Amino acid sequence: MEAVFFWVFAAGLLISASALVAFRNPITNAVCLVVALVMQAALFITLEAFFLAAVQVIVYAGAVMVLFLFVIMLLDVKEEARRKPPWAKIVAVLGIGGGAVFGATKIATLFPFSGKTLQWGESKGGGSAAELGRLLFTSYSPLFLATGVLLLVATVGVVVLCRRDPES
Amino acid sequence: MNFGEITLGHYLALSSLLFLIGLAGVILRRSLLIIMMSLELLLNAANLALVAVGRFQGLPDPQVAVFFVITVAAAEVSLGLAILVAIFRIRKTTAADQLASLRF
Repeated sequence: MEAVFFWVFAAGLLISASALVAFRNPITNAVCLVVALVMQAALFITLEAFFLAAVQVIVYAGAVMVLFLFVIMLLDVKEEARRKPPWAKIVAVLGIGGGAVFGATKIATLFPFSGKTLQWGESKGGGSAAELGRLLFTSYSPLFLATGVLLLVATVGVVVLCRRDPES
Repeated sequence: MNFGEITLGHYLALSSLLFLIGLAGVILRRSLLIIMMSLELLLNAANLALVAVGRFQGLPDPQVAVFFVITVAAAEVSLGLAILVAIFRIRKTTAADQLASLRF
């Protein structure tokens, strides 16, 4: 049963990601990105990372996507002009990327744990909010505090960047 | 390859394929907006690999790492889009090949 879910969501993720790269209309790209992010959240659930799945939908598919759509609206982005497909680049990307993926999967099979299977519910990894929260507020509390500072800096930076000069 | 049994290798292969697609988007597309969307795909591929390894090894720590990656990615997107809007105000374009004045 888990295998069925994995194949369905993996196919959905790869198809929507490819559509994001292939289509030219920015709104279509944004919708493809939403679908890809939701598929990724579903894959997190198949990996028993329930809290991360929720965070993925709320932060990525929610907040980040709203940001993207707002910017598309603000910039009034047109469809990318058609041009001759850069075949040299495409061949280079496919060649180098395909070789890298092949090499990565080869290297991955060298690890003793890469053939490992696990039944649903067997994992001791712990994906619940309670377990993650315990880790976040004990071992990783300095990082958690630093994240707060990071978000503050990002907020101030965005406000400064988007302010119009009063003189001009 | 066995279709009924999902191993860690399946998730790692999926993650590397997703990374490849995102990389193709970053290299082949010209709109800065689409390049940023492809960057999100790259981050998601890394997140998927982290969560998969954590689950199959029985460690909760990678999930905490992914949590931080998502937070930093949100900050990165907001700053990147702010820079994009600022560039668009000055140059009236977001095509990467027309913003080449810093190119050596």
